[in-house]
Amino acid sequence: MSAGAGTLASAVAAQTRVEILLTLRRGENVLITLIVPAVLLVFFASLGIVPGNATAIAFLLPGMLALAVISTAMVSLGIATAYERHYRVLKRLGGTPLPRGGLIAAKAASVLLIELAQVALLGLIAVLVYGWRPGPSAVAGVGVLLLGTAAFTGIGLAMAGGLRAEATLAGANGLYLMFLLLGDIVLPVSRLPEPLRAFARALPAAALSRSLRGVIGTGTSSLGLDMLILFGWAAIALLVAMQTFRWE
Amino acid sequence: MTPAISVVNLGKAYNGRWVVDGLSFEVGRGEVFALLGPNGAGKTTTIEILEGYRSADRGEVRVLDLSPRSDHTTLMRRAGLMLQQGGIYPGIRVREVLELFSHFYPDPIEPEQLIRDMGLSDVAGSRYRLLSGGQQQRLSLALALIGRPELVFLDEPTAGMDPQARRATWDIIRALRSRGVTVLLTTHFMDEAEELADRAAIVDRGHLVALDEPDALRRSGPATRVLLTARAGVELSLLSALASAGAIREERPGRYEIETQDPGALLVELTTALRAVGIIPDELRVGGESLEDVFLRLTGSERPT
Repeated sequence: MSAGAGTLASAVAAQTRVEILLTLRRGENVLITLIVPAVLLVFFASLGIVPGNATAIAFLLPGMLALAVISTAMVSLGIATAYERHYRVLKRLGGTPLPRGGLIAAKAASVLLIELAQVALLGLIAVLVYGWRPGPSAVAGVGVLLLGTAAFTGIGLAMAGGLRAEATLAGANGLYLMFLLLGDIVLPVSRLPEPLRAFARALPAAALSRSLRGVIGTGTSSLGLDMLILFGWAAIALLVAMQTFRWE
Repeated sequence: MTPAISVVNLGKAYNGRWVVDGLSFEVGRGEVFALLGPNGAGKTTTIEILEGYRSADRGEVRVLDLSPRSDHTTLMRRAGLMLQQGGIYPGIRVREVLELFSHFYPDPIEPEQLIRDMGLSDVAGSRYRLLSGGQQQRLSLALALIGRPELVFLDEPTAGMDPQARRATWDIIRALRSRGVTVLLTTHFMDEAEELADRAAIVDRGHLVALDEPDALRRSGPATRVLLTARAGVELSLLSALASAGAIREERPGRYEIETQDPGALLVELTTALRAVGIIPDELRVGGESLEDVFLRLTGSERPT
């Protein structure tokens, strides 16, 4: 037994390990968080289908990073949490010395660690296969990723806390598909007809991938607006999650 | 020393209906206390208020001299609990969830020891959802005990267990009592309360209808009964012909309950009549009702058929 047994830090560390262990144990999570973004990146980058004169990787990498955040923070976390509520795991953990804040910290840590693995995988593919080089703005990119994580965590938890587990499963997967198609991830929103384009621009997915592209990719003329949209989604989604979340 | 649990005039309403209504009782330190009652009596609501999951709408509860709501984390370091069902990740392995919970407590029981003590060695590497109902219950019980609690809340701890696993669980609860651990349990099984509880409270529609030692509860009934267990096929007419016999009921084949005003006379008549037809009783018990009878009489529930 480690020296700090029973302390908050020891409890949160153990809970984080279990969160990650169980996430990786579910095959569909590994598929959607690690394999799908990597396959899409390689597929589209190799086909070389890109708008304008930018390199394929400069357009695609920010979109795939956005997709990685969406899959981990919204789909994987949302569905797992919804089923933990359904199976009364959240209730049972409430009957231990692990405080609610400790459980939330463990979930946040597990999301960030999985995202770190995703960023490493996608970044390595971009660097080794397609010769992409991170610039000095990579730090700003991390900030955008964190803001995006806040927004999609909020959406995932708002569903997990308010809906039945089955509804969260269906809703998260449906939103994932919509964000993949309308999120400026594989298809630029500029190719969409109005009013679909305006709708897509207002979604958090497009705001995240466009903000990322503005900082680490091909650049964008509307970075401020996209960041503002993303911030708005983060604030609203987290507020809704806090209001609607039920532990049992 | 203050009692382990004190409940004073507790009330809880859902949608304007009082599911717990003016409940008061105390559980002493080291006591095994059973909450009995039909479904919807308010047992789980009461235990969940004591665990801090729900707030009371009126009245006062203290657990280990703490408030279950405002001192929740402190209380959870000293108390263990078992939900009525579920509460464990379906995909986690037995050993993994014990390891996890061991990190929540300052001086936990070693997971490997609990695996042995709870008879989970064969399934220590199995996922929770693949365990039998009884194994799942034993794992839940292990998680309630891993932090060496002073007090454990057990909400129907033997539901879904086969007779052997129930006996093993009873032994664990008896061992807890011998170590001075306070146990509050709810159960549907009357024999469980008779076997384990120092005192039992019978609740019905949120009210306390009786509280005493199980034996005292059994003696409280109005009619004396003689309980006969013999091989199946004793003619009811043989029993009803006895001079001192009142109403007779065959609870199940081979188990007969005879009401009487004069148990001494009835025993003589009964053994004589049985001997005449060559039947030796397996068991003859004189006394009040079984705890189940008390329970059914006081709560007005239908006897299960």
